[in-house]
Amino acid sequence: MIKRSELLYFTLRNRKLVIGSGIILGFLLLALIGPTFAKYRPMDYASPLGAEPPSAKYWFGTTFFGQDVFSQFVHGLRATFIVGLLGGGLGTLMGMLIGFTAGYRGGVVDEILNAFTNIVLVIPTLAVLLIIAAYLQVRSLLMECLFIGLTAWPWAARAIRAQTFSLRSRDFVDLARLSGMTSLRIIRDEIAPNMMSYLVLVFILQFGGAILTAATLDFIGLGPTNTISLGLMMQYAVLWGALPLGMWWWFVPPGLAITAIVGALYSMNVGLDEIFNPKLREI
Amino acid sequence: MRRYLTRKILIYTLTFFLAVTIDWLIPRFMPGDPIRNMLARVSVASNASAIQMMYDYYARLFGLDLPLWQQYLNFWKALFQGNLGISTYLFPTPVVDVLKRAVPYDVFLLVPSILLGWYAGNHFGAIAARAKRLDNFILPLSYILTATPYMWLGILLAWFFGIVLGWFPIAGAYSFSLRPTWSWAFLLDLLHHWFLPFASLFIIEFGGWAIGMRNMIIYELEAEYSRYLTALGAPKHLIRRYAFNNAILPQITGLALKLGVIVAGALVTEVVFSYPGIGYLLLAAIQNQDYFLIQGCFLFIILGVLIANFMIDIAYLVVDPRTRRGMVGESA
Repeated sequence: MIKRSELLYFTLRNRKLVIGSGIILGFLLLALIGPTFAKYRPMDYASPLGAEPPSAKYWFGTTFFGQDVFSQFVHGLRATFIVGLLGGGLGTLMGMLIGFTAGYRGGVVDEILNAFTNIVLVIPTLAVLLIIAAYLQVRSLLMECLFIGLTAWPWAARAIRAQTFSLRSRDFVDLARLSGMTSLRIIRDEIAPNMMSYLVLVFILQFGGAILTAATLDFIGLGPTNTISLGLMMQYAVLWGALPLGMWWWFVPPGLAITAIVGALYSMNVGLDEIFNPKLREI
Repeated sequence: MRRYLTRKILIYTLTFFLAVTIDWLIPRFMPGDPIRNMLARVSVASNASAIQMMYDYYARLFGLDLPLWQQYLNFWKALFQGNLGISTYLFPTPVVDVLKRAVPYDVFLLVPSILLGWYAGNHFGAIAARAKRLDNFILPLSYILTATPYMWLGILLAWFFGIVLGWFPIAGAYSFSLRPTWSWAFLLDLLHHWFLPFASLFIIEFGGWAIGMRNMIIYELEAEYSRYLTALGAPKHLIRRYAFNNAILPQITGLALKLGVIVAGALVTEVVFSYPGIGYLLLAAIQNQDYFLIQGCFLFIILGVLIANFMIDIAYLVVDPRTRRGMVGESA
């Protein structure tokens, strides 16, 4: 077991992790308190002149219709974090549920779950989301999280199953089984803690994946119908001629935020991997 | 080998079956009523009985008054006859014809970007691994690229190279002034329009493969056989070649797994560049609530991904001799 202080030392010394979490915290803060600073509501037509470049009055400029880009941006950030947290969280939970069950049970259960995972893995997630979303007239952010979570789990399930498989036959698990523990408790108390670091990494990747999937859905107009999102901002920008009009302030912030957040998550992922796995540390 | 292929074909058949079932199921069991939506959009008659009559007419036309199992069978029957319904957005063109017109553009965009992105990314990643200077530059860049949403890179490229510099057109597959013919002028124009969407797909894919390959090579160079070769005094480039040959296998499997994401990326890239592939159609279909077209797009995307998956399996078979001899059961 590594001493706590040692772990903390390696955590703080790891630049990838520190920078990554710094960026995430910064955007999170902006998402939490930004909307209180926004002077206009995201969809209100704030500027009578229509499109305006960034100024003291409109920090990020205004859209073609005169909506405040800053306000849309911070509200969109909120939606982004919610999708990452709930969609990514649900995807991780589904992956754990199916991965642990298949890996620990083995046999027929494993065969069936594995075949199911393989099938869902082959179907392009987005295509399924498309057709579901297209037939729903009213869509909420929570629904989007639900759909993304329910379709994003296959690779996580596969990875967790493989890990569980290798832990299942260890002595301490056998001992727990001999002492009469239930399967659920063995998974919860014996197997899961031993792959905790791995589960954290899975969650981080699911978080980032959910954000990118949501951005794609929002961009083709199948996102939530009642909230603004970063993907939707980019769609409006493309459809309403921000490119030929040179309105860079309309399409740069949303994409930059997504790239920074997902990139920071990947960076955290690599950093955490190095902390959990001393072999990978840079000397 | 036969076992490997039958297993794969079984999975793909099941997948296709499931996909068609989803395609049939969702319109029928989602809240809301597509026929009523359609009537609400086009209806001019305020008379309730007239609307009901039209509703009954369409319900019969779509076969919605039949028992469910009959509807399901009919759906399959129509599918095998290549009948996916009529597009309401491009009325009265059959959905299949609309899609057939769009698919060549998708192939033209996707195949080169996938193959070149994969090839270049893998080779760059292999060179970058354990090459300190290059690694310090390529790695962060690649991570940023894989984190970039496809449409955003497309937007940035279109804005910078299309508007600011004015080097490339940013909309359509060819100029409006030209008619599709087999002339040099037209082909050049086609390539000119194709370049930016291609480049934005290529660049993002490149980043992902470069990271994967770099990490795999480092892993392989740590493996026993590499150490053994080093101990024997084998030249560095030989060891690296062995490492590359081993590292390329998970990258082939990875290609199959990433296809869905890449296709999704192509869809949004087409929207950005108004490139007339399936992605562009899909946006139009969604905005016009053309359900048959949406469902057709869904089936075509699934079918394309399944075919590509199968081709990757065959490539894997060629590259890895162990699968041919049935020595790998689990990983594939």
